[in-house]
Amino acid sequence: MSAPTLPRWADVVVLPLVNLAVALLISGAVMALIGQNPLEVLTLMAKGAFGSMRGFSYTLYYTTTFIFTGLAVAVAAHGGLFNIGAEGQATLGGLGAGIFALWLARDLPGFVMLPLIILASAGFGALWALVPAYLQAYRGSHIVITTIMFNFLAYTLLVYLLVNVLKAPGSMAVESAPFEPSAALPNAQEAFAWFGIEWPSSPLNLSFLLALAAAGLVYAYLWRTRAGYRLRTVGASAGAAEYAGIPPAHQILIAMAISGALAGMVGVNEIAGVNRRLLLDFVAGAGFTGIAVAMMGRNHPAGILLASLLFGALFQGGAEVGFEMPQFSREMVVTLQGFVILLSGAMAYVLAPTLARVIHALPGIAKRRPA
Amino acid sequence: MNDHTPIPATSREPGPPLAVRMAGIRKTFGPVRANDDVTLDVASGTVHALVGENGAGKSTLMSQLYGLYVPDAGTIEVFGKPAHLRSTHDAIAMGLGMVHQHFMLVDTLTALENVMLGAEPHALLLRAERMVRPRLQSLMESTGLRVDLDARVGDLPVGDRQRLEILKVLFRGAKVLILDEPTAVLTPQETQHLFGVLATLRSQGTTVILITHKLDEVMRLADRVTVMRAGRIVHECGVKDTSPAQLAEAMVGRKVNIGRPATTGVAPGEVVLDAKGLQVVDAMGVTRLHGIDLALRAGQIVGVAGVSGNGQSELLEVLSGLRTPRAGTLRLAGETFAPTRWLTPRTARRLRLAHVPEDRHARAMVMDFAAWESGILGYEGLLVYSGGGFLRRRRMREDTRDMMERFDVRPRQPELASGRFSGGNQQKLVLARELGQAPHVLVVGQPTRGVDIGAIEFIHGQLRKLREAGCAILLVSSELDEILALSDRVLVMNAGRITGERPVEACTEAELGLLMAHTEVHPEKAEAPA
Repeated sequence: MSAPTLPRWADVVVLPLVNLAVALLISGAVMALIGQNPLEVLTLMAKGAFGSMRGFSYTLYYTTTFIFTGLAVAVAAHGGLFNIGAEGQATLGGLGAGIFALWLARDLPGFVMLPLIILASAGFGALWALVPAYLQAYRGSHIVITTIMFNFLAYTLLVYLLVNVLKAPGSMAVESAPFEPSAALPNAQEAFAWFGIEWPSSPLNLSFLLALAAAGLVYAYLWRTRAGYRLRTVGASAGAAEYAGIPPAHQILIAMAISGALAGMVGVNEIAGVNRRLLLDFVAGAGFTGIAVAMMGRNHPAGILLASLLFGALFQGGAEVGFEMPQFSREMVVTLQGFVILLSGAMAYVLAPTLARVIHALPGIAKRRPA
Repeated sequence: MNDHTPIPATSREPGPPLAVRMAGIRKTFGPVRANDDVTLDVASGTVHALVGENGAGKSTLMSQLYGLYVPDAGTIEVFGKPAHLRSTHDAIAMGLGMVHQHFMLVDTLTALENVMLGAEPHALLLRAERMVRPRLQSLMESTGLRVDLDARVGDLPVGDRQRLEILKVLFRGAKVLILDEPTAVLTPQETQHLFGVLATLRSQGTTVILITHKLDEVMRLADRVTVMRAGRIVHECGVKDTSPAQLAEAMVGRKVNIGRPATTGVAPGEVVLDAKGLQVVDAMGVTRLHGIDLALRAGQIVGVAGVSGNGQSELLEVLSGLRTPRAGTLRLAGETFAPTRWLTPRTARRLRLAHVPEDRHARAMVMDFAAWESGILGYEGLLVYSGGGFLRRRRMREDTRDMMERFDVRPRQPELASGRFSGGNQQKLVLARELGQAPHVLVVGQPTRGVDIGAIEFIHGQLRKLREAGCAILLVSSELDEILALSDRVLVMNAGRITGERPVEACTEAELGLLMAHTEVHPEKAEAPA
């Protein structure tokens, strides 16, 4: 701690905003370089994400997935583990939802089917994460390596099962038959219609509420329960955990099981909520974006909700820009998202020392400190 | 601001030139003023001791001299030249060298390679070695710092490693040597040797700044002494003009009494912990404990003396359930344990065995946790702290505040992160937690390592009180003074064996020192399978 340290409020609020601003500045410079007006693009993005009910609804749909993966990465991080496998665990979660939907939905009503699908998604994700967890806890294989590998395995498994087992007979597309209605999670339009409220059609569905509940439960688990205390102890200091009589291996299994279950619930949103059939590529990198979300949200559920909303807006706004400005290619949107991920995820603390120095140089703040 | 003793002008003007002059140094960390208007003059060719409690600002001051921190205000001059030290490179270039408390050596390299590391005179290593070796040998010749240059550092005993650190610094041309608690890991005999070397270096013109909290070392070696308290200099004088009692009083700000009280207290009771034939073999296949027998009686403190690394840590771990021995039995509170089903830390707590671990940072608390979260570590399963799986956070906070009150932990802020407290205050909180459960057996390692004098007095008092309450205590310490001040019975460990045992009345420091050092110097080498 040789440089001045960042006050907590600055670490939690100012630094992420500064990172975001820098990312937008750099992206703006790149846009200007290829002859686009950055202000116009950004305005369009903001409008696309928040300017209409429909756009906002899409934003929340993307947000849902990022909440799940962001929480997944954060829970593992509190257990001292870097889970890069949210992508694969989400894939397995979708597979679980798909298998149960195709298998049982014909015979079971929705109020049984939907909880079952949620459990299947979470369970498949958790089991998939437990394998690397076991290898780390008892066999010393590094979880970063194994979870990366398991992403590929998950994808390959999904392709194999879809092509050979689950594909709808006679179809050319690599996807299953559509689910029975009892296995389809109501979307926002349907749900609001129950109360007589009109809502534009969008992929947003009830799993958004599930994501909010998950954020609340993760907070309660980590900071309000004895089990969460033990998990955080292991993550913060394995030596102290041993001393306290908390076997680190158990907590590794628990942390990864919860993490995998959270990631797996992406399947509820994408498979049961949106597509209502099993198909390929439904995770689309959300597992990796979850790492940036968790970092930007400082591994805290409240921060993760905000960061997920930001990334949701980026994805929805970006799609809108690509639609409205044909000369502004999809790749540019990806570039913009990439800069935000880079600066608020991978390089989140690069600007911290500079910011700390600036804050300490401000006379008003120095005066407020207790002597 | 100006309550430190002004340095008499006479000592500065005609005396030897100044090696280091730090004037008006100020350094703050957040709300903490680590150094507040500190002025320190060190005369060339002298040994200057810097003493003070933990958190008094000694290390901060020296870190600024060595370029690790940049002062907020004040100036530094080295040999009369203004120094703007932005990094350790700047400091080394000005002729400063620092030996840290924790050695900065690469275990897998040889002694010679460690000295060269970062200062290789040639791009080809073989050529570089050939250039370095003769220079190093003549340096060893002239200073008396002898080390086997071709031995791997991992195989060297602690005393050799420290000599190597000093060699490394001198090789880089240091004319001012800063030593941070250099004797913390040494036997009395090794300390004596080190002091001989330092005296030689002084006679050759090297300036030594010695950070320490052992006042007898100050009296034996130093020429001048500066006492710091709460970030300021409170006393400075020649060593001839002072006494340990006076220095201790200046450090703490009041009279202190660390020593053996006249009475030993109650008569020892029944045996509450009985260990037989404990044998520990580590992951490398090296035997760390060779059949240790040990019995602890209620109301008795058994002190284990020995140089660090002779099996004391393993003994603590086995008795607290952190490690399963290969052989041996343990009887505790009516239960018998064998290697197939050894004690676990949780069982140990249930059987009223408390453990204050040697390594406060790695074990006793979670540095990132708030104090109230560390304040119940290990006891989170108790009904008072969690019910129905949920933490009783208000109770945790209240109890931590209570512990802080009883053990005078400062600052009294349960919300502050554990790692932000000073070493002494961390230790007091750990002791408050472990003693608060009214244990029947206490296993404690290095209770006052890195703890300031005021806190040592307090901690010793608490341990004695616990003994009077009938607790059986096993005390492992590398401080002989501490062992002699607290124990009723003293064991000496060497190379995983108990090499001596006697009541404290029959102990002398010299004899214990010999028992600690006797036979082999480095056990791991002698024991390793060929």
